[in-house]
Amino acid sequence: MIDLSLVPDGGLSWLDGSGPQAHIVLSTRIRLARNVERLAFATRGGAEDRARVLGLVDAAWRDSPLGKGSVRFLLDDLDGADRLLLHERHLISRELTEAPSAREGGSGAAVFLSGSTGVMVNEEDHLRLQTLRSGLALPQAYAEVEQLDAALGGAVPFAFHPEFGYLTACPTNAGTGLRASVLIHLPGLVLTKEIAKVLQGLTQVGLTFRGLYGEGSEVVGNFFQLSNQTTLGKSEAELLDHLGKIVRQVVAYEEQARQVLLRDAPTVLADKVWRAYGLLRYARSLTFEETMNLLSGVRLGAGLNLIPGVSVYTLNKLLIFTQPAHLAAFEPPVPGDPEAGSARAGYVRRLLDEEAARSAQARRPAS
Amino acid sequence: MSLCDHCGQREAVIHLTQIVDNTVTTQHLCESCAADKGVDTVAQVAKHPLGDFLASLGEGAAGGAAGAAAGEALACPQCGATLLDFRQTGRLGCAHCYLTFEAPLRDLLRRVHGNTQHQGERYRAPGSAPGAEGTDGGAAGPEIGALRDRLRRAVEAEDFEEAARLRDAIRGLE
Ligand SMILES: [Zn+2]
Ligand SMILES: [Zn+2]
Repeated sequence: MIDLSLVPDGGLSWLDGSGPQAHIVLSTRIRLARNVERLAFATRGGAEDRARVLGLVDAAWRDSPLGKGSVRFLLDDLDGADRLLLHERHLISRELTEAPSAREGGSGAAVFLSGSTGVMVNEEDHLRLQTLRSGLALPQAYAEVEQLDAALGGAVPFAFHPEFGYLTACPTNAGTGLRASVLIHLPGLVLTKEIAKVLQGLTQVGLTFRGLYGEGSEVVGNFFQLSNQTTLGKSEAELLDHLGKIVRQVVAYEEQARQVLLRDAPTVLADKVWRAYGLLRYARSLTFEETMNLLSGVRLGAGLNLIPGVSVYTLNKLLIFTQPAHLAAFEPPVPGDPEAGSARAGYVRRLLDEEAARSAQARRPAS
Repeated sequence: MSLCDHCGQREAVIHLTQIVDNTVTTQHLCESCAADKGVDTVAQVAKHPLGDFLASLGEGAAGGAAGAAAGEALACPQCGATLLDFRQTGRLGCAHCYLTFEAPLRDLLRRVHGNTQHQGERYRAPGSAPGAEGTDGGAAGPEIGALRDRLRRAVEAEDFEEAARLRDAIRGLE
């Protein structure tokens, strides 16, 4: 198994919930698509081209400010479970977990990581620079990834066209190559049945939404990823400003919806969030999807101070560590538990027990 | 490119969000299955121009079957990819493909992004001459000259849409 402790913070610093609006916005992610000029794109190029790309990025990354103390994983060295682990941590894309090993002569696919900032190599594009931050932090995330872009682009010649901007394998990413997405929790809008209207509005202002794990993924646990739809014809600042403005508006709608629920259906709401907590705290077997949906309820209850003493950090940690590859890697297997439902319930129980003990300790007057 | 949840055959271009029992579900459907389900697809399809465009590439948009065949035979000198490859994979072969298939791609980019002129950060590759910008030895100087030539011709031909675009492109270079 790969040693994720080699990654500074395990790439999980965003879990601490320290960012702006972290009670509703879990994380901000920005990625930039870049390609090396004169080499075929990764999906068409041969093993030789991919090896050259990897060599170029390797050298440039080492010399960059992030190179020190960072880690590199070659995807060809990782088995399916290890790849899934990185994917569940949002450190590599689904595409990197699947295709590359089938390519002849080595995939050249790799990920370089310094905490939750890094670069994927030989994915659909030669380079996918990305960073992940707690809360709604678009300018901070962009500053981070732009610095990496300058360092790598100063050493590796990127494909750039005066009219079309940065050239990418798929024309939908051309121009800035920038995709910014915000992972947001909207249970209030779902419960008040306002969500369809809001999502429809998003597509009308040039944003897209999807589920927790990117392209084509299902919406579970009321977690949505909102991102810019177009990448060409607007500056990076315009794209980020627009997304930020709309996200702040969605946050305001969500807060309004929660207040409506508190005012019009306080008992139903309290019952719903406490039931979710009760099931998580005492169930003996949980599916992943059920866990997501219950965590959504508890997150709502904690956000409204209906459920005291459950931190955003613990809730975020539960989201990541109850996923299949994380359970398989870190929790001892339970006999006769092929779907890991018992292992998952055991892990959730332990974390919530610990959290309850901590909060009881904090409430006890000092003697 | 993801496939339709319903038939599993065609590309999903409609992303339908529904709420059933307080649970949000998103269905990814192709145009025809969405139509079968009574979803009004006109507005949404326009927002997914890539699939639309890729499909139209095969229908001889360039003037009948002969035009399509000619267009599909053109291969990128750098990577060998053709428009047919692009249509099948949705991915271009290399950066030079943007020059090889410049006209249809400009059309596509306009449909996808509503614009073709990059407004973001400018980039100059390491080791290239000051003032030079872009890939494939495209130094800005001569390029502007060529664009001005085309602009003059476009104005003469009263192709004002093309002229406006070229003016934008030149402005982007200056
Ligand atoms: Zn279908
Ligand atoms: Zn090419």
